[in-house]
Amino acid sequence: MKQEYIITVYSENHIGLLTRITIVFTRRKVNIESLTVSESAIQGVYKFTIVIKSTRELVIKIVGQIEKQIDVLKAFYHTNEEMIYQEIALYKVPTEALFENDTIEQVVRNSGARILEITREYTVIEKTGHKKETQALFNELNKIKVMQFIRSGRVALTRDPIERLSEFLKERDSLLESLD
Amino acid sequence: MTKKTVSGSQAVILSLLEEGVDTIFGYPGGAIMPIYDALYDHDKNVKHILTRHEQGAVHAAEGYARVTGKAGVCFATSGPGATNLITGIADAMIDSTPLVCITGQVASPLLGTDAFQESDVVGISMPVTKWNYQITTPEEIPEAIAQAFYIAQTGRPGPVLLDITKDAQFGALDFEYKKCRKIRSYVPEPQIDPFKVKEAADIIDEAKKPLVLFGQGVIIAQAEEELKALVEKTGTPAAWTLLGLSALPTDHPLNVGMLGMHGNYGPNLLTNEADVIIAVGMRFDDRVTGKVTAYAGNAKIIHLEIDPSEINKIKNATVAVLGNAKKTLKMLTDNVKQNRHDDWLARFRECDKIENEKIIHKDLFPEKPGLTMGEVIRIAGDKTSHEAILVTDVGQHQMVASRYFKFRQPRSNVTSGGLGTMGFGLPASMGAQLGAPDRTVIAVIGDGGFQMTIQELGTIAQNKLPVKIIILNNNFLGMVRQWQQLFFEKRYSFTELQNPDFIAIGKGFGIEGHKVEVREDLETGIQKMIDHPGPYLLEVVIEKEDNVFPMVPTGASVSEIMLEP
Repeated sequence: MKQEYIITVYSENHIGLLTRITIVFTRRKVNIESLTVSESAIQGVYKFTIVIKSTRELVIKIVGQIEKQIDVLKAFYHTNEEMIYQEIALYKVPTEALFENDTIEQVVRNSGARILEITREYTVIEKTGHKKETQALFNELNKIKVMQFIRSGRVALTRDPIERLSEFLKERDSLLESLD
Repeated sequence: MTKKTVSGSQAVILSLLEEGVDTIFGYPGGAIMPIYDALYDHDKNVKHILTRHEQGAVHAAEGYARVTGKAGVCFATSGPGATNLITGIADAMIDSTPLVCITGQVASPLLGTDAFQESDVVGISMPVTKWNYQITTPEEIPEAIAQAFYIAQTGRPGPVLLDITKDAQFGALDFEYKKCRKIRSYVPEPQIDPFKVKEAADIIDEAKKPLVLFGQGVIIAQAEEELKALVEKTGTPAAWTLLGLSALPTDHPLNVGMLGMHGNYGPNLLTNEADVIIAVGMRFDDRVTGKVTAYAGNAKIIHLEIDPSEINKIKNATVAVLGNAKKTLKMLTDNVKQNRHDDWLARFRECDKIENEKIIHKDLFPEKPGLTMGEVIRIAGDKTSHEAILVTDVGQHQMVASRYFKFRQPRSNVTSGGLGTMGFGLPASMGAQLGAPDRTVIAVIGDGGFQMTIQELGTIAQNKLPVKIIILNNNFLGMVRQWQQLFFEKRYSFTELQNPDFIAIGKGFGIEGHKVEVREDLETGIQKMIDHPGPYLLEVVIEKEDNVFPMVPTGASVSEIMLEP
């Protein structure tokens, strides 16, 4: 059965690696729902958070193929339930609309969003949450007018109390030392 | 080591020498000229083979790698030179062949400007390389080359490509070479879990009908003796994949033949009866398994494999033993009990009898006037005492040659397995001959594949490579024709060839040859070829409708193997 999986990949910061990773998906005709890449807590180690819809069997194979890439340190896969995750969304709405009625104000208050910037022409609202929530706010605001909208890729943490990567790096370092 | 200032292109050659490279296959052009210029001063230290096409260079490097176990090295220029390598790189990727391909690239300020002969070869080759890297400064050269050899040759080997811009070749650096011994993000050999070995041994000890399936992993790990020790101690029949061929001598009493689509009757049929399958260094390719859902359903699977991503990829393993096969086989052998499976082995021999009556005897000792591929292979094998290196192209002749040539020594079979690259054979035979100069190399090639890289006859002649080339000519793209006959109602759509006079072409290149059309001429023809001191081209005209059997049709189970149409 297909469901959403979050794949996290830890890698060296090498040019071209993103292509190598996306090729693994393209070759199996799996669409990437969202993708976020940034430096992890460990300097020089980059973290990819990739969301796909897939069967469990396929996600295991994909993670195996990603891990096989020379510059990849480690890849994991998780279901949504196993992770705490957020996406950030920005909404640009006409400032006029804020004065005309209090709908926007109510919406913002009720949804836990915040206002980033107000100019004469527009106001930018920010909301973090799951896609369902950021989409719901979009639908509400768009009843009046959303001039621009953007949603980020996902960021996610495991519910696991241990940081698996640091454990992994410790093991890897001792393995490499044993090779000397 | 003291540092000395050299150019980037000199650093390339010096680095290759540090890695012990003795042979380079290549083709010069604009963007790689500085490297060729540096090579000019080193013709005593390293041999360069100028092929007639870059595809020839890369297949030759593959042939070299397969017989030596060392990375094959090839050079090509940017743009079309680089893209012409791609087929060979893809071939090496799927067959785990170590290659270091070095391509020239336009100068770094021109990157991304559609400069003359610019192609994004790093991007193009990404899906078919184990690793690749673009070098844009001279300082990067020694380390990148060291990493390239380390990655290509360790773990599950594969092709690596280094793209070096022209300005990096011209620039200067303080040269110092250190071999690469480790990369943080890459562990070539997984650590062996002794509990898994024990678990596997217990299953093997309980087995009533065990079967070993061995692949190229055994040859790559140089684990031929360890494999033999395991099958002998446990008395287990052992069958080979196309690329595992020659890892166990053909006449070994426990060698029960070839697996897969055109493999032997016994190992295919009895795979579905086996209760334990010990898969060593093989990856359950679809040509081996047939219909996977109807494959080895009664068997517990023990998978000895170096690449973790192969585990459960096609066939779920009951026990997976990760690691280098040389070590895992030894540990497994130490843990299993001495055993025999005479009745089970006898079943394979019964199958052999059936196959022999229905197919093999007719192939090898035909009574009809038309020559068969089988008899040519039989005689070529016998006349070289089964000690030769066999290089094959792709198609019917490849299957027949693999089935009937027979081997005594490992690293004696060079073929394109996973990718099935027509045109592989002739250039690969040049690399095989250079990698094993003291051995006889026989290249068996069909009339179709031969014409895909026929220009390499020029390379063979120029370098006086004493390759013995047998063209099995049926004036057809035989394998496709066979499928058309069996599965497409004999609609022979574009498979008939009007061939040139191959012997005249060979002569044109300065290669001696002879055409055999009748059986009376076959033995002497082959003898003459073997006795000839230099390269030789033997064309044998084969019965048009000579088909390869047995056959597991696509989508059928291995136990539905057909002995006749």
